Amino acid sequence: MELTTIIFKTIFLFIILLVTLVVAMYSTYAERKVAAFMQDRNGPNRAGPFGLLQPLADGLKMFMKEEIIPLTANKYLFILGPSIAMTTALLTGVVIPWGDTLTINGHVYSLQMADLNIGILYVFAMVSIGVYGIMIGGWASNNKYALLGAIRAASQMISYELAMGMSIIALVLTTGSLSLHDIVAQQHGMHWNIFYQPLGFFIFLICAFAETNRAPFDLPECETELIGGYHTEYSSMKLGFYLFAEYVNMFISSAVIATLYFGGYNMPFIDQLGLSSNAVTFIGMGFFFIKIFAFIFLFMWIRWTLPRFRYDQLMNMGWKGLIPLAIFNILATGTYYFFTSLK
Amino acid sequence: MIFLFYLLSTIMIVCALLVVFSKNPINNVIYLIMCFIAMAGHYILLNAQFLAVVHIIVYTGAIMVLFLFVIMLLNLNKAIIIRKSTVTRVSAVVTGGIFFLVLLAATRQTFEIDAKYPFNSEIGLVSGIGKTLFSEFLLPFEISSILFISAMVGAMMFGKKDA
Repeated sequence: MELTTIIFKTIFLFIILLVTLVVAMYSTYAERKVAAFMQDRNGPNRAGPFGLLQPLADGLKMFMKEEIIPLTANKYLFILGPSIAMTTALLTGVVIPWGDTLTINGHVYSLQMADLNIGILYVFAMVSIGVYGIMIGGWASNNKYALLGAIRAASQMISYELAMGMSIIALVLTTGSLSLHDIVAQQHGMHWNIFYQPLGFFIFLICAFAETNRAPFDLPECETELIGGYHTEYSSMKLGFYLFAEYVNMFISSAVIATLYFGGYNMPFIDQLGLSSNAVTFIGMGFFFIKIFAFIFLFMWIRWTLPRFRYDQLMNMGWKGLIPLAIFNILATGTYYFFTSLK
Repeated sequence: MIFLFYLLSTIMIVCALLVVFSKNPINNVIYLIMCFIAMAGHYILLNAQFLAVVHIIVYTGAIMVLFLFVIMLLNLNKAIIIRKSTVTRVSAVVTGGIFFLVLLAATRQTFEIDAKYPFNSEIGLVSGIGKTLFSEFLLPFEISSILFISAMVGAMMFGKKDA
């Protein structure tokens, strides 16, 4: 690999990391503002103009708090839990194509860290490792509420991973590629996958809510039944990591949804504008972030609108509702492509 | 590349040994998970990205989660040291040794690696695996799916018995 490419990739990696963290930070602010708007309140408005410094104040508070590790807890695993949760949440960002190519001094750089030819599966693998963060943390706390939360999280994630994987299979039948770069490139010019896979998108969206432990699927941290769920015993920045990992996950899954079903960085009528390729890349990147923010808003909108499911309802929906629907979707897609390719 | 190979191999061997020697079941599972992740690294070194990711999804993400799940539910967090009598230990060593001998004798001839299928760097990628599975090995592939179905149906039968 050339030296310039390595330097570019290194800088780009830090930018992705920073953007992910900043977006996740301001998601906490946005969540409170959205909640306040829906409940006819003001929301945070003391720290800085419009309360814009509130996330910084929260972060500072988390760092300053006393760190307590319970005597009966398994100390190493207690620390390992939040680390895994945060690491796997951040690792997914490397395969997402944040933009098209950028040309600097005649060199062409791709705005994607790694174009794996199994990009979707990589995202899926990181999601499936992410469950360990919650499970290990919940178990190591040596607290029955934390354990119950951890077990709920694990069973919920296993159940919804199946339906999610099947909805992706139908998508792969449509695109014929597992690489996220190819999938986005194919959606150029309003050929967004949402029009070809509406049912698949619907299933994927529900599963994304369940995988990120967001309401109405936030049973692992159901405070009316389990105090705080898996992070009951956590304090200080370790609690902060768990809460923050949820927002990072929300950002990344919004990005994945936008990439897979809403054309990624593609924008309608971009070819007719007659701009230079770098300008097109930057506009496309901006448009991609608009899509991501729209999905983050959807996550919040639903959290403050719908009540939480009951546990048996959650399992029934996963196993008896979504999985048969996903299998039907695969069959329908397969049949369609079988008969259209015969002609 | 050579350095990565030795690094991954060291991690794998150390973790595998720790799986055997550590007493706490939860630690065993976690070392096994680390061992599997290192193994996925080996697949990537062989240019088998698809196998690596499927290995992580299936073994690390599904099977080991179930292991951890069962251990947590049964609350097996105490270190278990089982003491057996001398006769049992000696007979276990002798039987194990004989079994190893039989295995060695049976597989001695198959250690020639280069024989039938020459190494193809594309084999671990999605299209390579798909084409091989659905042309050359179609029948074994389909039969193994029937095997899985029967295992699933069997598990359901066991589950229904109590209800």
